[in-house]
Amino acid sequence: MNMSTKSAPQAREAGGAAGEPPSAPRPRIRVRGRSTQWAAFAFLAPLVAYLLAFYAYPLYRNIDLSLHDYTVRSFVQGGAEFTGLANYRDIMGSEAFGPALRNTLVFTLVSIVAQYAIGLALAVFFRDNFRLSGVLRGMFLVPWLLPLIVSGSTWSWMMNSDNGIVNAALEAFGIGQINWLTDPGWALTSVIIANIWLGIPFNLVILYSGLQNIPRELYEAAALDGANAWQQFWRVTFPLLRPVSAITLLLGLVYTLKVVDVIWIMTTGGPGSTSTTLAVWSYREAFGTGLPDFSPAATIGNLLILIALAFGFLYLHLQRRQERS
Amino acid sequence: MTAPTPSVTPRHPRRRPWWKTALGVFLTAVMLFPVYWIFNVSLTRTEDMRSDPPHWFPWDPTLEGYANVVRDQLPALTTSLGIGLGCVLLTLAISAPAAFSLAKLRPRGAGTVNFLLLVAQMVPSVVMAVGFYAIYVRLGWLNSVWGLIIADSTIAVPFGVMVLTAFMSGIPGELMQAAKIDGANTWRIFRSVILPLSRNAVLTVSLFAFLWAWSDFIFASTLDRNGDAIPITLGIYAYIGNNTTEWNSIMATAAVASVPAAVLLVVAQRFVAGGVTAGAVKD
Repeated sequence: MNMSTKSAPQAREAGGAAGEPPSAPRPRIRVRGRSTQWAAFAFLAPLVAYLLAFYAYPLYRNIDLSLHDYTVRSFVQGGAEFTGLANYRDIMGSEAFGPALRNTLVFTLVSIVAQYAIGLALAVFFRDNFRLSGVLRGMFLVPWLLPLIVSGSTWSWMMNSDNGIVNAALEAFGIGQINWLTDPGWALTSVIIANIWLGIPFNLVILYSGLQNIPRELYEAAALDGANAWQQFWRVTFPLLRPVSAITLLLGLVYTLKVVDVIWIMTTGGPGSTSTTLAVWSYREAFGTGLPDFSPAATIGNLLILIALAFGFLYLHLQRRQERS
Repeated sequence: MTAPTPSVTPRHPRRRPWWKTALGVFLTAVMLFPVYWIFNVSLTRTEDMRSDPPHWFPWDPTLEGYANVVRDQLPALTTSLGIGLGCVLLTLAISAPAAFSLAKLRPRGAGTVNFLLLVAQMVPSVVMAVGFYAIYVRLGWLNSVWGLIIADSTIAVPFGVMVLTAFMSGIPGELMQAAKIDGANTWRIFRSVILPLSRNAVLTVSLFAFLWAWSDFIFASTLDRNGDAIPITLGIYAYIGNNTTEWNSIMATAAVASVPAAVLLVVAQRFVAGGVTAGAVKD
């Protein structure tokens, strides 16, 4: 159920495949081994073909786009001029790059830290079995399951300046109207709030299953030593949960970096580009305006991949280390 | 997925704290308020939509929003259903045999494939969308339902292979040996032994493949923008663009579009929780 148990068999399989048992000198077994290899390849072939055609090839096209200066015409007919890394220089030197990078960092970091903190608090809360705890925990999954267009449009209507329920509630407390989605100072905050809401279930589920692996006896021992609930959390729960926490945060990071839908649906990256992240910028260049500009879109996308992969490899490294221990 | 082994040591049920239940209900209510709001707004009459403050309860409910869904969105709902089912079939057709191979047949390069699947899940969907667009333009596959099915399946296939591989690895090898002694070839073993035993994992993968294809916005809004058959996510998006006054219709569509998620949660909650922890992919 938790991260380590689910991938452990895969790792073992992978290791087994690399080092076949050496104690099999009899020819009959080797012949059977070879036919099993053929069957293994036959069953794996559709996946390999699929990955080449629908993962590798789109990624190759993306790199190709970023290294040429494609116009709408050459995009369809071919024959774009090769420009090397000029697109990368243009994008990273443009005035929009700094703010977009900053928005991406703020959006990602604030989102995952808040999701993690709330998710962990809820996981600890739900660990004690109380009446209805299972049902309520199940209902917490709802935001995660809703189509993003549904949650995005609901949040934008709730945050509507004049008719939104959020402002109505704030006015009841004497706080004035906030133009959540149209005020340049608030747009990024608004999409972050919606995104935090979306990510809580994921954090809750993973951290909850991580908590199940902490032996109860440790808490009983801590209680005997006179630790109160607060101390038990900081001295037992939090340190023992560190590997699961690291994985949750890194996965959240990789997935939050690439968020487009929520932001696009709520603000289209605006007003101006005050809520434009790198992913939204890429989407806007390619599909957001009447004039698609695929070369810069692909360039931004590739930069995004580099960032995501850097953290992705950190995640893989941590997970592998956790499996070994 | 395997159910979590309860690590709670058996003990006599103590007095259950009621305040915890009360707090839990309160927290859930806060969390699910936006969901309540979808239903509330979907039942609000158009003339009440702009009232200030907004109506907290649909005292005077109307079904005109839902009538508009039936009038305008049935084709889009049907399209999404087709895309979802197509995506399930494609995902299973690719991932089940591959998982069988990775889990039981030990092909050379299994480690590489597993690694590539993990990396594949980290690729941003906007990058995939640009790549697919560039390919589909030349092939003339834009605005086609099956083009969208293929693109949507890229979200689910890596997840499917990983979940199925983990599950199939747990099936005892003796069962395969027994079938082999009875004269079954590899295909027969896969078809008649492994697949039936993997029913739960297949179900989990199918549910998620359907849900992701049903919910997809990025591929739909890029690869199927001008299609004759648009999915429901684009139906809602177009609604927002066109009639900003008719939020009851938009929210009624949103409510209908959320039905698969609701069904999924009621019918298969443990598969959902298992799926979240197992693959941990969502765009």
